[in-house]
Amino acid sequence: MTEFVLTPGMIGFAATILKALFVIGMALQIVPGCIYFERKIAAYVQHRIGPNRVNFTIGTLRYLMPESMRDVIPEGLARVKLIPGSLQPLADAIKLAFKEEVIPEKADKLLYNLGPMLTFIPVGTALCFLPFGATLIVPDANLFGIEIQRTVIEMSVSNVVPGMLMLLAVSSLGVYGIACGGWGSGSKYPLMAAVRAAAQMVSYEVPLGIAFLIALASVGSLDGQEIVRNQAETWHGFGWLVFRQPLAALIFLVAMFAENNRLPFDLPEAEPELVGGYHTEYTGLKFAIFFLGEYCAMILMCGLFTTLFLGGWSLGPIEPVEVFGSTIEPLITAEGGILNVLLSVAVFTVKMLSVLLLQLWIRWTLPRFRYDQLMDLGWKVLTPLALANLAITAILISKFPNFTFFA
Amino acid sequence: MAGSHDHVEEALPPGKSFADRVYLPAVMRGLKLTVQKFFGTVTDKHATVQYPEVGIYDASEAERAIGHPNPRYRGEHILVKDEQGREKCVACLLCMAACPALCIHIEPEPTPPEWGDRERRPKVFEIDMLRCIYCGYCEEACPCDAIRLTPKFYTPTTSRTERVYDKERLLENNPAAQIPQRPAK
Repeated sequence: MTEFVLTPGMIGFAATILKALFVIGMALQIVPGCIYFERKIAAYVQHRIGPNRVNFTIGTLRYLMPESMRDVIPEGLARVKLIPGSLQPLADAIKLAFKEEVIPEKADKLLYNLGPMLTFIPVGTALCFLPFGATLIVPDANLFGIEIQRTVIEMSVSNVVPGMLMLLAVSSLGVYGIACGGWGSGSKYPLMAAVRAAAQMVSYEVPLGIAFLIALASVGSLDGQEIVRNQAETWHGFGWLVFRQPLAALIFLVAMFAENNRLPFDLPEAEPELVGGYHTEYTGLKFAIFFLGEYCAMILMCGLFTTLFLGGWSLGPIEPVEVFGSTIEPLITAEGGILNVLLSVAVFTVKMLSVLLLQLWIRWTLPRFRYDQLMDLGWKVLTPLALANLAITAILISKFPNFTFFA
Repeated sequence: MAGSHDHVEEALPPGKSFADRVYLPAVMRGLKLTVQKFFGTVTDKHATVQYPEVGIYDASEAERAIGHPNPRYRGEHILVKDEQGREKCVACLLCMAACPALCIHIEPEPTPPEWGDRERRPKVFEIDMLRCIYCGYCEEACPCDAIRLTPKFYTPTTSRTERVYDKERLLENNPAAQIPQRPAK
């Protein structure tokens, strides 16, 4: 029997496929949960109960058991609701999937059909460049006669070096989907919503991009992993850019809400003025894909905020640190085995979900901005502030290369 | 149009201080309020009543819910009975005249001689609940306190003819019995 050799190329290829499946699976799994929590939080903030009719009970588990064992669960226990209303997103998805698809007569068929795709594809692509975990080292090994060669696997689907730049470039394409959908619907309200969305997203792209640039300049790299490592190496692991560049973080956060068309900047979906916004004329699965694209964009932006400003997957230092004479071993290291990677992915997910929670929380707190207020805030406040911050950062970097407070 | 612009500036609400213009203190206050409301709902009270399972007049649920149903809510009518269990109505037709929706139909008849206290009573007393606008004018017009509006709002039927209530049904109309009881599973 000739020995079978797994080269780094082969392992890397398999790993890329697995990582892509993981990222897209994660994104698609977080969306229903996010919708459920959004509705629950809305309800609780408004002294209501929220969805509690479509339940996952202990009795539901019976259907996973062989028929002879179903009586094991007593009747009283079987009716206990595990999480009230937790299957509501599933019910909604089934409803959307089986709805009749109506295409308006005056719609531009090509643009109408392109709209949902163009919202989802850029977001899905941009998710590929998000570094979601520490680097995995597969050691030299010999398993059951298969020789495995040492491989370094970066925990982002695509590890091109200017990955962050790619991410920024691709994610801004989402506005095309909204514009196509709004124009192609052949209806006035979606068109107005699309114009609003395009103007808003283009306007807020400027402060977002500059805040992004401040973060990149402070770290001095376009590589996502390097950005995380830099944050973890500064200030004993807590040199997160949200502490080093608080103003940039705030600007990024505000621009992020506007980019995602979330309250308080959800003018493209202002129900009292525009019926349902740019997806008014969409039904069934196309509407669902618009929805999915929107929520995936939220997840992407939260992940990006986590990477840039909250230290990404790192938790504390990534190298042994001397504090008061004693050495503290790092919880998560930059490179390591599978446990280290799983822990880092968990940390990243928790941080990202916290930012997501903040987005939901803000949504049910703030009223909608007026359109002129929105434009004022974007062009007259955020953009000059971001530019000033960038200029100060640039000067500090060039004059004091070793000064870590700003850079 | 400088003058009108000045007027707009004057009409702006308070909030021109620096703290108000950067929005952030207000945002923080708002976030604090919503998180208080959130945990308030989790631990204490919510406004929702799980209606078909729990009646809105159940004392336990009414205590828990923030809003109580108003006892003066104007729902379906009831014909009031006197001490002997006879209808109080004397068929004076004032409610019929007062009704803006023309939904009350009354045909009077003489009372039996042994009643003694009044001369007329309604032979037919019909209210078309589909036409009624629940304004309560009939209640106001009645000189004998014989017709009242009750808080009964649970009124589905399967046909339109059932929505025309006759005298017997109006006499027996009971707001306390309005919550449908679900059969136990």
